[in-house]
Amino acid sequence: MEKVFTRPKTLSDVQMAYCAGCTHGIAHRLVAEVIDELGVRENTVGVCPVGCSVFLYEYFECDTIEAAHGRAPAVATGVKRCLPDRVVFTYQGDGDLAAIGTAEIVHAASRGENISVMFINNAIYGMTGGQMAPTTMLGQESTTTPGGRDHARAGYPMRVCELLSPLEGVAYAARVSLTSPANVAKAKRAIKTAFQNQLDGKGLSIVEMLSTCPTQWGVSPLDAFRHVDEVMTAYYPLGVYKDVNG
Amino acid sequence: MGKRILMKGNEAVVHGAIAAQCRAFFGYPITPQNEVPEYMSKCMPEVGGVFLQAESEIAAINMVYGAACVGVRAMTSSSSPGISLKMEGISYIAGAQLPCVIVNVQRGGPGLGNIAPAQSDYFQAVKGGGHGDYKLLTIAPWSVQEMFEHAALAFDLADRYRNPAMILSDAIVGQMLEPIEIPDCVDTDIPAKPWATTGASGRSRNILTSLYIVPEDLERINLKIQAKYAAASLREVRYQEFDVEDADLVLVAYGSTARICRTSMTMARKKGLKVGLFRPISLFPFPSARLAELARLGKQFLTVEMSAGQMVEDVRLAVNGVSTVDFYGRLGGMVPGPVEILDQAGLSLERMHPKSYTVGARFGMVGSGE
Repeated sequence: MEKVFTRPKTLSDVQMAYCAGCTHGIAHRLVAEVIDELGVRENTVGVCPVGCSVFLYEYFECDTIEAAHGRAPAVATGVKRCLPDRVVFTYQGDGDLAAIGTAEIVHAASRGENISVMFINNAIYGMTGGQMAPTTMLGQESTTTPGGRDHARAGYPMRVCELLSPLEGVAYAARVSLTSPANVAKAKRAIKTAFQNQLDGKGLSIVEMLSTCPTQWGVSPLDAFRHVDEVMTAYYPLGVYKDVNG
Repeated sequence: MGKRILMKGNEAVVHGAIAAQCRAFFGYPITPQNEVPEYMSKCMPEVGGVFLQAESEIAAINMVYGAACVGVRAMTSSSSPGISLKMEGISYIAGAQLPCVIVNVQRGGPGLGNIAPAQSDYFQAVKGGGHGDYKLLTIAPWSVQEMFEHAALAFDLADRYRNPAMILSDAIVGQMLEPIEIPDCVDTDIPAKPWATTGASGRSRNILTSLYIVPEDLERINLKIQAKYAAASLREVRYQEFDVEDADLVLVAYGSTARICRTSMTMARKKGLKVGLFRPISLFPFPSARLAELARLGKQFLTVEMSAGQMVEDVRLAVNGVSTVDFYGRLGGMVPGPVEILDQAGLSLERMHPKSYTVGARFGMVGSGE
């Protein structure tokens, strides 16, 4: 019998620690599939964030580095500048990339570092217990926005693709979601483009994945997916914001 | 044959680093160390290395972290406020057990302070500085020649112990011009780095992390790190002595202050004061055993620093009450002069040896001329 579906070589044979309904597992798998398909696993260095995906290095069968919170683009810069022929990717959450690591991602993008950035936007700090993220929606409850995020007190949600795409060094910026087979297929194409751009020396590519956190949102997995489709996607429109390939 | 060149300390450390096969430098402008990144930006491309001006000190040290992860000899430099910013990254580098070199051309603090010479970052350098139980292998050059030589020493120490090393300099040593001998080649020992994350080609994956979520695991890593420091304390103690054999009073000073103290010592000797000089070169590991031995031999000490009294704590720990340890410090970027230190030596001798050195031992008082 022909085996039509199997674990990508780049994913380790271990159980992931993610909650039910969390999309980190899908995002991991897509990145691993792309690395497999491009045949670059043995040539890849992953840079892991601080947040729920802090244990990414347990799940990926490639060389990995655990970075300090928000510093992954700087660590990736150090790796890529020393070893330009390696494939270097970062995997960062919204607190990591869009709050504490804002300077690092903006300047890595501005320099056009030839790396691929996987950005998980689930609008919440998951691991620390559900505090407000820079991307938390207006009105959204979190443990630090009781009664919902109010822009007068807590500012507005940050749109990262829109912020980064005008920078000259950015080759590709796309926002995708992981809520349906069709969206997952589009997400994979975006991730593949981000890695292919690096192989082609195009500059920094970022794929923002609208993601779920049913545990900290306090909703069922099904409602979490619905929230991404109906609420988050309205404020964070899906699409390609920049593509130097035209 | 080597060559003899006149240069600044900040240039010499660049020459030394490149001679020691440093092939990546990440920095950020801050006075009084700007010559280091400026010179690196010219020299690094000539040897095929990486130079990058980072957006911040935080980014620079994390770029060093990335470069160290792939096995490249990597360095950053800064001055006091910038070193404070790097402390997060330095703790991660120590926790992940990676080698790198950090140069601190110290200036006055706290806060923005000023750009004049100081030694008030001693605690930050030798006691850890960032969070967690780690230390920096710290060496202190007192000349432009040593700015050159300490680069290779710092990289060798960093590689030998897989731990960040710091060259603790100051605005005097960094900025002053001196002739130095540059050898044709520099002895340096770069070990194999099978742990480097260069891509898992033909081997299982490498992971570099400072995260050990299970306390038993993290304690094991911490004990391993402490064992390295214990080994370094046996093997890597470096110091220099001048006329301590017959000295009644031994000046203890490092870096540029030790240079000034040497002049004070020569002046004291001309006046018949039995003053010697002990210069720690490695600040961590600190030459505690030798200081304890000198205390047992009856030596008294006067520690001189451009700080409110930082290294003196290590001197007192080493001496452990066996003899007296006086302290003299200037603060905020003020540099003690040789006569000023001579005065303090006279006062200490008077107090410590009242029979041998009676009132009037303050030979260096203003106007005595030297």
